[in-house]
Amino acid sequence: MLRPVLTRLLGLVLTLLAISAAVFLVMSVLPGDPAAIMLGTSARPDTLAALRSELGLDRPLPLRYAAWLTGLLTGDLGRSVTYGVPVAKLVLAGAAVTLPLAAMAILISLLLGLPLGVAAAARRGSAVDAGVSLFAQLGIATPNFWIGLLLILVFAATLGWMPSGGFPGWQAGAAPALTALLMPSIALALPQAAVLARVTRTATLEVLGEDFVRTARAKGLSRRQALWRHAVPNALLPVITIIGLQFTFLVAGAVLVENVFGLPGLGRLAMQALAQRDVTVMQVVVLLFATLAIVVNVLVDLAYLALDPRLRNAA
Amino acid sequence: MCGRAADAAFARHSLIMFAPGDAMTILMLTTARHSLRFGLAALSLALAGHFAAALPAIAAPKDTVVIGMGIEPTGLDPTVAAPAAIGQVTWQNVFQGLTRIDQDGKVQPQLAAGWTIADEGRTYLFKLREGVRFSNGVPFDATVAKFALDRARGDDSTNPQKQFFSVISDIEVRDPRTLVLHLSSPAGNLLYWLGWPSSVMVEPSSADANKSQPVGTGPFKLASWRQGDRLELVRNEDYWDAENRPALRTATFRFISDAQAQAAAVKSGDVDAFPEFGAPELFASFKGDPRLTTSVGDTELKVVAGLNGRKAPFDNPKVRQALMMAIDRQTVIEGAWSGYGTPIGSHYTPNDPGYVDTTGVYPYDPEKAKALLAEAGYPDGLSLTIKTPQMSYATRTSEVLQAMLAEIGVQLQIVPTEFPGKWISEVFKGHDFDMTIVAHAEPLDIGIYARDDYYFGYDNPAFSKAVAEAERTTDTAARLALYGEAQRMLAADVPALYLFVMPKLGVWDAKLKGLWVNEPIPSNDLSDVTWDE
Repeated sequence: MLRPVLTRLLGLVLTLLAISAAVFLVMSVLPGDPAAIMLGTSARPDTLAALRSELGLDRPLPLRYAAWLTGLLTGDLGRSVTYGVPVAKLVLAGAAVTLPLAAMAILISLLLGLPLGVAAAARRGSAVDAGVSLFAQLGIATPNFWIGLLLILVFAATLGWMPSGGFPGWQAGAAPALTALLMPSIALALPQAAVLARVTRTATLEVLGEDFVRTARAKGLSRRQALWRHAVPNALLPVITIIGLQFTFLVAGAVLVENVFGLPGLGRLAMQALAQRDVTVMQVVVLLFATLAIVVNVLVDLAYLALDPRLRNAA
Repeated sequence: MCGRAADAAFARHSLIMFAPGDAMTILMLTTARHSLRFGLAALSLALAGHFAAALPAIAAPKDTVVIGMGIEPTGLDPTVAAPAAIGQVTWQNVFQGLTRIDQDGKVQPQLAAGWTIADEGRTYLFKLREGVRFSNGVPFDATVAKFALDRARGDDSTNPQKQFFSVISDIEVRDPRTLVLHLSSPAGNLLYWLGWPSSVMVEPSSADANKSQPVGTGPFKLASWRQGDRLELVRNEDYWDAENRPALRTATFRFISDAQAQAAAVKSGDVDAFPEFGAPELFASFKGDPRLTTSVGDTELKVVAGLNGRKAPFDNPKVRQALMMAIDRQTVIEGAWSGYGTPIGSHYTPNDPGYVDTTGVYPYDPEKAKALLAEAGYPDGLSLTIKTPQMSYATRTSEVLQAMLAEIGVQLQIVPTEFPGKWISEVFKGHDFDMTIVAHAEPLDIGIYARDDYYFGYDNPAFSKAVAEAERTTDTAARLALYGEAQRMLAADVPALYLFVMPKLGVWDAKLKGLWVNEPIPSNDLSDVTWDE
């Protein structure tokens, strides 16, 4: 068990190194000079030169990358060119919004998608099944930022029940912060729940046709018991795969949804950093995303092991 | 960790981006549905508690305000970066200058109580106010003023408007209350320039950190800034001008980029004011709401379609004039900005002193435009590209221009060009474009057409002479006459298609008083803002 873990760790480090080099390269190849962006259209050549030297942009690219790497190894993530504050502070603040947001979205999509999918499979062809299919079709077809706008219009602008956007910060207490994240996470979750409901329905139907389910029924289990004890646990494997995949969409979606709700998350930070060519911020945000992606892969694998005894034995 | 699961995971490796919180949720789901139920109950309880706490109304007189902005400032030091949003948060609130610009665009004294101009406009003697302190307690005097100006004009200066200070040859501290500027040549706009956000007074011990911790002499100071979300100012209780201490105790700026979300924030009351609302097509939706008031003022944002005069066909003035005659400005304003905006005929706004209406120099006349284009050697029309930034005013205006120019046989192809990064590097510096479109934000910047390397590639010695002379003239009437001349020259030569001035579409709570209707300089001056009871 140790070797695969070490291999994975090494792979992680190499992947992250490659990603950081790629980000650095891409950001430098992109047309646009951070100094010119900051100083605007009236800037004189001497002021631009002064700012470039202040920001260290006049040094050769490999040197700048090496300096950034050295800083990283000593725990210094650098300073944002745009905001003039440490990158670590910005990224932590962004993560404190985006990670709970994504977690809530996943939770909501599971709470909605799984029961709907199972219910549709259990009563195949019924009105429930048709309703779930309709929900799934609509959910998949509707972009999450549009759902977000709709939620804002109804629950904030018209009814006044919810804040229209923004984030009070965790220091304001858990309740206001969770309230602020509720509508965005629903907007993020609905399309995912739709996908999940469909996959769960198909997977459950497949398992329901298997011999062992019939055996379970023959042994005297009720339909309900056979469904929950035998069918659903076995249907979860493909569902887990989908959940893993959905995280990609959650990040992409979070950028748009954070924009609509004015949330100071990682997506917004990344957009800002890109527009301002703030390479130090971009680096850290992308690396954080990459690390999370890799960690999630491992977790999905672990979930497989937990769910499927055959894989456990093979390992 | 091998077999099917590992393979499946590996196959997805390149696809998956990130997955926060999944370990927890999966565990919760697979092991204990009860804990899920419990968690939900706790969540709904917490939310209910929050709503209940928010319910009781507060009766005390309101002394806080929430201002919405579409663009977040990048840093908070207007003396080291150009974006207008920096001034819109800090200017007059946190930072003050020797002079200031008022609502009508006129120069008023501020930290300098008065001045005398001598030596035919080559010496400015400023009498500085007594008892002024920065929010960190450091007193303001002539030595500090000299430091601030030297910082802006020195070799290491990264001031976006460094050219303002280049005319200063020497700064003399005659006594703590007297500052003397010696100029290499007269500068008619100096007092105006000193009122800009980029000319504010800073002091040595805090200047370097102003980007994140601004310290100025203004009536407010920074309380907190959560990047990407909001920034809070609190009243400076030790403000030097005790008689004019602001009525507001705190002011919060919230940054909301999405237009629909901006409208929702205003309608729900989460934001008290959006002084520069970004979406004209949604502006009408505020009209029926008695709780809100709307205002349409002028900004300094001149929407101008630049023509690359360095190359054919734009090196031929007839082509430029023909294009101008093919444009109906009012239709552009209707199509691009829902009818809000004022047509302009040169690079000058009706806000600016000395404005001359030149919209009639080349009035809309497609037939004449066609004839002129044929005369210039293009009887069969032309094929051109326009590099268009992603901002909605730019894309929409480009589309209207495309339709109008098609009527005189000009095929216009729109090339999306990311602003600012790509645009600055390709168009502004690289001069690699046919046409482009951008709103020039800086007030009274007609002088840019006299710069050698500017992107329009406009070269008219008579124009440059008029502008240089205007900048040297201290007599206001004579200076404005020269600027009038410069405007007429631009309108006749058409180095760019002059389209319209962006309106300042303001919407705020009807009880809120004291916000500016016009924006002669990028600002949200909160010193006189009050709530009407």
